[in-house]
Amino acid sequence: MAKAIEIRWHGRGGQGTVTAAKVLADACLSGGGYVQAFPEYGPERAGAPIRAFNRISESVIRMYGPVLKPQVICIADATLMDAVNVSEGAPDDAIYLVNTSKEPKEIREKLKAKDSQKVFTVDASKIAIESFGRPMPNSSMLGAVCKATNVVTMDTMVENVVKSFGKKFAQKIIDGNTNATKRGFEEVKEG
Amino acid sequence: MGKIVAVTGNEACALALRQINPDVCAAYPITPATDLMQRFSGYVNDGKVDTELILVESEHSAMSACIGAAAAGGRVATATSSQGLALMWEMLYIAAGTRLPIVMPLVNRALSAPLNIHGDHSDGMGARDTGWIQLYSENAQEAYDNTIMAFRIAEHLDVRLPIMVCMDGFIVSHSIERVEYVDDADVKNFVGKFEAVHPLLDLENPKSYGPLILTDLYHEYKRAQHEVMTKVPAVIETVSAEFAKMTGREYNLFEKYRLEDAEIAIVVMSSAAGTTKDIIDQYREKGVKIGLLKPRMFRPFPFTEIAEALKHVKAIAVLDRADSFGGMGPLYSEIAACVMQMDSKPAVTNKIFGLGGRDYLPDQAEYVIDELIEIAKSGKVKTVKEYIGVRE
Repeated sequence: MAKAIEIRWHGRGGQGTVTAAKVLADACLSGGGYVQAFPEYGPERAGAPIRAFNRISESVIRMYGPVLKPQVICIADATLMDAVNVSEGAPDDAIYLVNTSKEPKEIREKLKAKDSQKVFTVDASKIAIESFGRPMPNSSMLGAVCKATNVVTMDTMVENVVKSFGKKFAQKIIDGNTNATKRGFEEVKEG
Repeated sequence: MGKIVAVTGNEACALALRQINPDVCAAYPITPATDLMQRFSGYVNDGKVDTELILVESEHSAMSACIGAAAAGGRVATATSSQGLALMWEMLYIAAGTRLPIVMPLVNRALSAPLNIHGDHSDGMGARDTGWIQLYSENAQEAYDNTIMAFRIAEHLDVRLPIMVCMDGFIVSHSIERVEYVDDADVKNFVGKFEAVHPLLDLENPKSYGPLILTDLYHEYKRAQHEVMTKVPAVIETVSAEFAKMTGREYNLFEKYRLEDAEIAIVVMSSAAGTTKDIIDQYREKGVKIGLLKPRMFRPFPFTEIAEALKHVKAIAVLDRADSFGGMGPLYSEIAACVMQMDSKPAVTNKIFGLGGRDYLPDQAEYVIDELIEIAKSGKVKTVKEYIGVRE
């Protein structure tokens, strides 16, 4: 696990982005780390742009407040690249992970990413529809995060997806989400 | 070692209440404390606790019911925020004046107007003079630990006073972070069996609460309330030491961070202390001798101890997440009183920050430290009270 990593999530209300940040925190905790997960609280409307944050560290986390220089930027809805400044505060070694059917090269150009920054893409919504019939990209994004960042192992992530979704959903939906997590891990592309 | 979980501050406090299993809980929901009591009412519903949950029509009624239940001889808890605490105002004084050990997590939130649901200390500071003990928590772990210790402190026979356990609304109450729980059996054992003192329900020995006391003895009664407050620090220290023995987590009346050899210091409470510690580490690496003092116990306030802890520094910045309009920040006033006891008389400034949940960001701490370095050099304070992180 990385010594300390800060992640910013961009999504739209109702997509499960906040849940993704929570599950990632749970997974990293069971991996032995210190964690933080929190959304930006504002008017909570379906479809509105939202941001959520993770801090993950080997040592105790004392910093509160939004992540200003995210090493990892997860974009759960590609249309947000035109709506908000997703690159704000991105350091030179930032990792972008975007939910899109497009190739990483095209997204790299759109983001004007530096050569030193990594760009990953995964068709998380398509995977979700195929896995459990709804365009909820969070579980496939989580699988892709594992691959792109190595912040936690795939097995630990799947365990935590089961734990989190198991509280609310039927077995069929849980299985669909674990499948989506695995496919997100396998199908994420770097470029 | 207890179970390690990733939970919100509210979730952790609700679990502490489940582990303690109070006799009575009267509550009314208010953001951001709603989630705490909602989770606790879930425990009641699922039969995880024996608590009689009284759902009332307002916070004034919630505190009134808590007072009645505590006087009747029960172990009592509730939780609130902001306007809820404000609506409890007259009952807060009655709880303290009647010496009822009610425990109340206070999820700190700004007061209206304008309407704002986010975190600042306006609510807690408004209850400063009510006679309640107040503990402020930096993070979810501290909020959880303080809630467990609060019962022991409040119910101690030298104390018998109500207590607020404060944590920053949203910043801590709704952030998920790593918390180490204490095992159920250990909490139960630590808190112990509740001993009712002068319960109304002891029908063999009838008694009266809430008498009229006029000019003959009211003044003496209030002095007695002050006297009992002076006994609180020793009890908090004893309870905290016992808690440390059980968990390894140490708590004092206040926390000192890199303060021993510091030339300049920041005094700040709650979650902002965490952020400040990170920035202090960065300045320490550059050779700046900066330290931090974080009051945990705000009422009673440990004047003598804090004066002793700060007497060697040249300049102090006191950061208040609340204001007294036209006056000084409430924490500043206490620290200024501490400085009056020192021969060294360090320079003290007051920064008002983070009202209504305005983010306290690293550049604000950097601004404060840079200014402290200048003040320590020149001995001159340009502006005593200043708003930071404010849009011009």
